[in-house]
Amino acid sequence: MVETVLQPGPVGDVSSWRDAYCKAFRLMLLARVLDDKFASLYRAAKIHGGVFLGRGQEALSVAAGLALREGDIFAPLIRDQAGRLAFGEPILDAVRSYLGSALGPTHGRDGNIHRGRPREGLLAMISHLGAMISVVNGALFARRMKGIAGTVGAACIGDGGTSTGAFHEALNQAAVEKLPLVVIVADNQYAYSTPTARQFACGSLIDRAAGYGIQGHALDGTDLSACLKVVGGAVARARAGHGPQMVVARLLRLCGHGEHDDAGYVDAKLKNSLIGRDCLKVCEEYLLQQGWADAATLAGWRGEAVQKTEEAVAQVQREPTPDPFAENWSALASKHLVEVYEPPDPGPAGI
Amino acid sequence: MSVTYLEAIRAAQARALADDPRVFIYGQDVGAFGGAFKATKNLANEFPGRVIDSPISEDAMAGLAVGAAIEGMRPIIEMQFADFSTVAFNQIINQAATLFWRTNVPCPVTIRLPCGGTSGSGPFHSQTMEAIYAHYPGLVVLTPATVEDAYSMLLEAVAIDDPVIFCEHKLLYYHLKADALPKEALPVGKARIAREGRDMTIVTYSAMVHGALAVADELKAEGWEIEVVDLRSVKPLDTDTVMASVARTGRLLAVGESFPWGGVTAEVLARVASEGFGLLDVPPQRLNAKDTPVPYHPNLWAAHRPTDRSIAAAARKLLRQ
Repeated sequence: MVETVLQPGPVGDVSSWRDAYCKAFRLMLLARVLDDKFASLYRAAKIHGGVFLGRGQEALSVAAGLALREGDIFAPLIRDQAGRLAFGEPILDAVRSYLGSALGPTHGRDGNIHRGRPREGLLAMISHLGAMISVVNGALFARRMKGIAGTVGAACIGDGGTSTGAFHEALNQAAVEKLPLVVIVADNQYAYSTPTARQFACGSLIDRAAGYGIQGHALDGTDLSACLKVVGGAVARARAGHGPQMVVARLLRLCGHGEHDDAGYVDAKLKNSLIGRDCLKVCEEYLLQQGWADAATLAGWRGEAVQKTEEAVAQVQREPTPDPFAENWSALASKHLVEVYEPPDPGPAGI
Repeated sequence: MSVTYLEAIRAAQARALADDPRVFIYGQDVGAFGGAFKATKNLANEFPGRVIDSPISEDAMAGLAVGAAIEGMRPIIEMQFADFSTVAFNQIINQAATLFWRTNVPCPVTIRLPCGGTSGSGPFHSQTMEAIYAHYPGLVVLTPATVEDAYSMLLEAVAIDDPVIFCEHKLLYYHLKADALPKEALPVGKARIAREGRDMTIVTYSAMVHGALAVADELKAEGWEIEVVDLRSVKPLDTDTVMASVARTGRLLAVGESFPWGGVTAEVLARVASEGFGLLDVPPQRLNAKDTPVPYHPNLWAAHRPTDRSIAAAARKLLRQ
C-alpha cells in the first residue's frame, strides 16, 4: 500500500534528496490541509466526536511513514495524519472515519483516528496509550516465526504515553526479543494539559533507551531534514538487525489536545522558542532558500492538496451513514458462538 | 493408564502445536521450565522455538498475541495465575476483544487462566475470572470441568477465530483423572447434562460441577433426584439446555465459585426468570463465594467458597419448598 519507497539518508545524489524532501513536504501539506478541513467541519458540527490534529508534528510523522515500506508494520497514533498518508493510507479512510460513512474502515463502529488496515500492516489504534507497541511486537514476532526477514515495525507515541506501564512492558519485551521495532516519541511538551515536568523526571526521554538496552536517537522534530535522516536511519538500523530503536523528537503541539481544547495552558515561551516553530513554515523557507520551489510552486502544491481534500469530503458527504437495522450487532468472528439477547417475541397480544 | 486434567491440557497443547504451525505458546516460565504448573512440560524441547518464555509483562504478553494473531498466528498465552490477567485486562478487553468488530480482522488468541482456589494460596493466586471476561463483547469464555473437556475444549479454543478465555481450575489439575483422552466431544456452546434427575436442577461449571455431583449422590439417599447441568462454556451460555432442564424439574439452583455480585449464576437466574418464569415451581436460588477476597487459611478458605455441605443445604432448602 506504499506508493514508492524512499531511502532518505546520506545520499550523495542531491536531486534525489531534493525529490525526497519535496515529496515529504507535499505529504505534510496534504495532512495539514486535511486536518484543517476536519477542524472546520468540527466547528460546523459536521463531525460527531472528537477531532485530533497533527499540527506541528507533520515532519516527524511523515518521516515515519516514508521510512517504512510495503510489508512493514505501522502503528500511528492520534497526530499522525502525515505518517498515515506517507505509509499509503488512502485519504478516503480518514474522511470516511471522521464523517462516519458506512463505507469507512470501521463502518461507523469507531471514528476519527481509530482506523487502520491491519492486513496491510496499518494497525488500528486503541485509545489506551502504549498499548499498540506490544501489538507491533507481536506482528514482528510472527514474521520472524514465519521466516520472513526484513520487516520493520514502527509505533508512534507522545511524551505522555511514555509514562504508561504498557510502554515500558512493550519496550522491554522488544529489547529482550531483539525485535526490529522503532518507537517514535513526539515529545510535544504537553500530554493534554500536563507539561513534561509533571510527566517524567529524567533529563530527556532519550535517557530511557539505555535502560532498555536499545539505541536512542534524539532530534529536532521541527526540522524535516533531521526527521528524514534520523527516523530513516533508525528504521534502517532496525532493518539491518540492530534491534529496537527509540527516536525522541522535541517539538511543540501547535493545537489543543483535540479541537475542543483551546490550549490556553501552553507556555508562551515555548511558542516563541525553536521547538515552537511550525515545521511546515520551516520547510517552505528551506524550499525557497534552496531554490527547490518558488512561491507559485508552493501555492500550486497547496491548491492540489485543497482539491484532493475537497473532492474526498464532497464524495464522502454523499455516502450512506451506518444503518442500525442493517448492523449485525455481533462482535465475534465465529457466528455460531454469537448469543442473541433480543427479548422473546411477546406475541400478537403483546403480553 | 489414566490422564489428569493437567496432563490433558498439556496434551491438547502438544497436539495443537503438532497439528498447526501457526500455534505457539508464550508465557512466564513456560519454556525449558515447563510452566509453574508444568502444563507445558517438555513442549519447548518437542517444539523448538515455539514455546517461549516471556518477561513478567502480562500487558505486553497479551498485546504480542494480538499482533501475532493479526499476522495469522494462533498464539496460546499462559497467564501464570488467572489473578495476574488483570494486568493484561486492557489488552484483552479493549484490544483483543474489539479487533474483529473494529477491523473485520479475526483475533484467534487463546488465553489460559489457571483459576480457582487451593487452600493456602490467598487472595492473589485463587481468583476465578470468568464473570468479568464474560461481561465483555468479543470474548468466548470456557470453563471445563472434566479431563475430557479440558482436552477437547482447549483444542477447540485454539481453532476458534476469536479470543478465548480458557479458565482451567487448579483444584482439578492433579486429582481429576480420566481413563483416556476423548475421541469426540460436545462443541463449545453446548452445556452437558452431567447427571439426570427430576426434582431439581443444579446449574454449575468448572470445579463446582464435582461438588454438585457429590451433593446429588448424597441427596439420592434421601430420595431426591438432582439433575446437574455443566455449562462448559459460560459465554456463550447454553440457555436452551438450562431451560429444558428447569422445565423437567421446576427447581433451579445455580452454583459458582466466583464472588456473589453479578456473574454467571446471576446470569443463569436472570435468563430463567425472564424466559422461563412459568417453568419454576419455587423461586430460583444461587450460591456463590463470599463477598470478600479469597482467604489464605484453610479454615477460612474452605468456608469462603461453596462446599458440598453448603450446596447440599441450599439444595435441601429449595427441595422442601
